[in-house]
Amino acid sequence: MRFLCIILSFAFAALAQVDPEYVIPKVNPNTTPADLKNGQQLFLAQCARCHGPKGEGGRGAVLTQSRLPHAPDDQALFVVIRDGIKGTEMPGGYALDTRETWQLTAYVRSLGRMANETVPGDPKRGQQLYQAKGHCSQCHIINGEGGSLGPELTEIGARRNSAHLRAAILDPGSTLPEGFTEVTLVTKEGRSITGVRLNEDTFSIQIRDLSGGVHSFIKADLKELQKEPGKSPMPSFRGVFSGSEVDDLVAYLVSLRGKQ
Amino acid sequence: MRLTICTFAVVLPLAAQVPYERLHQSDSEPGNWLSYSGNYSAQRYSRLNQITAANVRHLRPVWVYQMHTTERVETSPVVADGIMYVSEPGGSVTALDTLTGRPIWKYVRTMPKGVRGCCGQVNRGVAILNDMVYVGTFDSHLVALDIKSGIVRWDSEVADPKLGHSITAAPLALRDKIVVGMAGGEYGVRGFVDAYDAKTGRRAWRFWTVPAAGEPGIETWGGDTAKTGAATTWVTGAYDPDQNIVFWGTGNPGPDWNGDARIGNNLYSDCLLALDGDTGKLKWYFQFTPHDVHDWDSTEVPVLADAVVRGEKHKAVLFGNRNAFYYVLDRTTGKFLTGRAFAKQSWAKGLDDSGKPIVVPNSEPTVEGNKVYPDVTGGTNWFSPSYSPQANLFFVASRDVGGVFLKGNAEYKPGAQFNGGGQGPIVGEEGAGAIRALDPNSGELKWEFKLHSEAEAGVLSTAGNLVFSSTNEGDFFALDATTGRPVWHFQTGADINANPVTYLGGGKQQVAIASGDSIFAFALEE
Repeated sequence: MRFLCIILSFAFAALAQVDPEYVIPKVNPNTTPADLKNGQQLFLAQCARCHGPKGEGGRGAVLTQSRLPHAPDDQALFVVIRDGIKGTEMPGGYALDTRETWQLTAYVRSLGRMANETVPGDPKRGQQLYQAKGHCSQCHIINGEGGSLGPELTEIGARRNSAHLRAAILDPGSTLPEGFTEVTLVTKEGRSITGVRLNEDTFSIQIRDLSGGVHSFIKADLKELQKEPGKSPMPSFRGVFSGSEVDDLVAYLVSLRGKQ
Repeated sequence: MRLTICTFAVVLPLAAQVPYERLHQSDSEPGNWLSYSGNYSAQRYSRLNQITAANVRHLRPVWVYQMHTTERVETSPVVADGIMYVSEPGGSVTALDTLTGRPIWKYVRTMPKGVRGCCGQVNRGVAILNDMVYVGTFDSHLVALDIKSGIVRWDSEVADPKLGHSITAAPLALRDKIVVGMAGGEYGVRGFVDAYDAKTGRRAWRFWTVPAAGEPGIETWGGDTAKTGAATTWVTGAYDPDQNIVFWGTGNPGPDWNGDARIGNNLYSDCLLALDGDTGKLKWYFQFTPHDVHDWDSTEVPVLADAVVRGEKHKAVLFGNRNAFYYVLDRTTGKFLTGRAFAKQSWAKGLDDSGKPIVVPNSEPTVEGNKVYPDVTGGTNWFSPSYSPQANLFFVASRDVGGVFLKGNAEYKPGAQFNGGGQGPIVGEEGAGAIRALDPNSGELKWEFKLHSEAEAGVLSTAGNLVFSSTNEGDFFALDATTGRPVWHFQTGADINANPVTYLGGGKQQVAIASGDSIFAFALEE
């Protein structure tokens, strides 16, 4: 719902400056070194906050890969930059005109020609740690298997870089994704429940507790309602995994790229 | 004293004549909602008092009308003699029976190829006068429909839609003219307010909101920038029949976020205009945000009421502005009387004695992005405030959200967007907003009801001592007007971006609001 509000505020602010009747050519018409340079400046100003200064990913997807799942060609990448991706945190390029959108397309495409990130660690050992020592599948789904309390990880290696994944394991609150705000509430009867916020409006809140149970409350019926936006329901695994085990787990997560 | 409510026979009236005198005296017939804001003073206040804080818990939906559109719905219905006239995206109009919600007639406006607008094909409402219903269309026409059948009486082009002109505001009916504003501020158009002969559709006058060469105000623009200066007029104003003055707000200067070339205050952008109702001549103006670079249109609804400022009584205009400040102006002279911030803002230290903002340095957009409060949507926006004479409070739907303002290229091409930048959210910031009750004489906060996220819908107050408004998350709710205490709410299932109205349907007070693509009507349970 919060994301919907963000989308609406974008729509209200102004949609992309690209002419709505513009017919998108198959080949990017703006690929000179000067275009790339301007594209880089635009990227640093408008994209780097989420995608990282070098497209290495972070809150937004890793862009240093030859194949972008939502943008297999330049035409598709132009549309993604112009319109955003519905159902994700990726907004449209509301501040870009047609030429700038193409320049940014050229720069993002150039990031994909850079070498893929190499990470230390053994992904096979990481997979074993994921299943056994970490019990990660209790809360995360990979390829349809696992619990649903946390985010799905089937394509996590295509969307987040190794530094982000390492931080998620050791300091989960620092990388909390949208839609996973932790809430603790106390009913008038004195019952305390901690969980993840599923939805909220001015008068009510819906949460999933740490056992997966769904609860709905009218706020006026609660004695306490505490939201902790920077806190993750996921425990830190610092001290649980050794340094090399964290490397292995990160290597496994980086290898998860869905259907290639 | 409780109003006497006439009992309507459950028979649809065959004729619905709404002469000017009824519009002028609309406060004397609260069973109808005859214009966009309910009366010429644009107070969005009703003297109906069947629904009160004591019984509002029995309010239930009585019918729902679905438009079947994927466009955003911002309509505010008009009601006359048991029939509700609802505009739909693009400029279609449906007449509904208020007892059942069943359509009586429908006018469908089909959009030609090439229309364009920044923010969807929204339409905010209609005007009625005598035997006609008037609607502005997204392809920039003003259309008069027969009130009994919806058949077109006349259709006048207001401006060329291919250049980015559109009409989204409800027209305002005067004695014999229909006043209408236009949108297109993101396309480098030249703004205006028009009036048309109500019978023939011929244009009676036009006031250009951006001066031409040689006209007063041209010195407030650099070079040729006035030609693409925007200052559009996309929300319905108010009317003072005693002084024959039309009050109308104007939008941002173009390009929105890059003011480098348009050196100066950029008149008459971000102004309240006082125009002669007969001629359209400018009587006075007040500019809220000189040289705006944040897209803070002053197209909010001006509310006419008496105010007492520093012991002196004034015929005033009350104005909650998108720039997050509340203003009280003398409506005869345009003189600034008082003002203060009502929502979170970081761009001005306050207002000086003449009402000009004392701007905080370095609050303009930059290439890298500059964090400023309020965001582009503002401390409030087009959605209506309300003034209750009974409670003597001004209610404003407020937003406490900041944005990262970006400056970009600004190259004008006819029909293409001309923004010069944009604005993104502050990553990680949760939305925040409130319904705020202000002392109309000073802007002092009397109470607030906090919302889960920023406000996007208007406010209605009633003689039942209630305030109705809505949330982004689909809640339609009522507050006690004296205290702000919530007394009722209903989850409609879709985000609400519209203004509520109230009227009598079958002799019972109904309250209606657009939510998603539907109109919901509520009444007390039997």
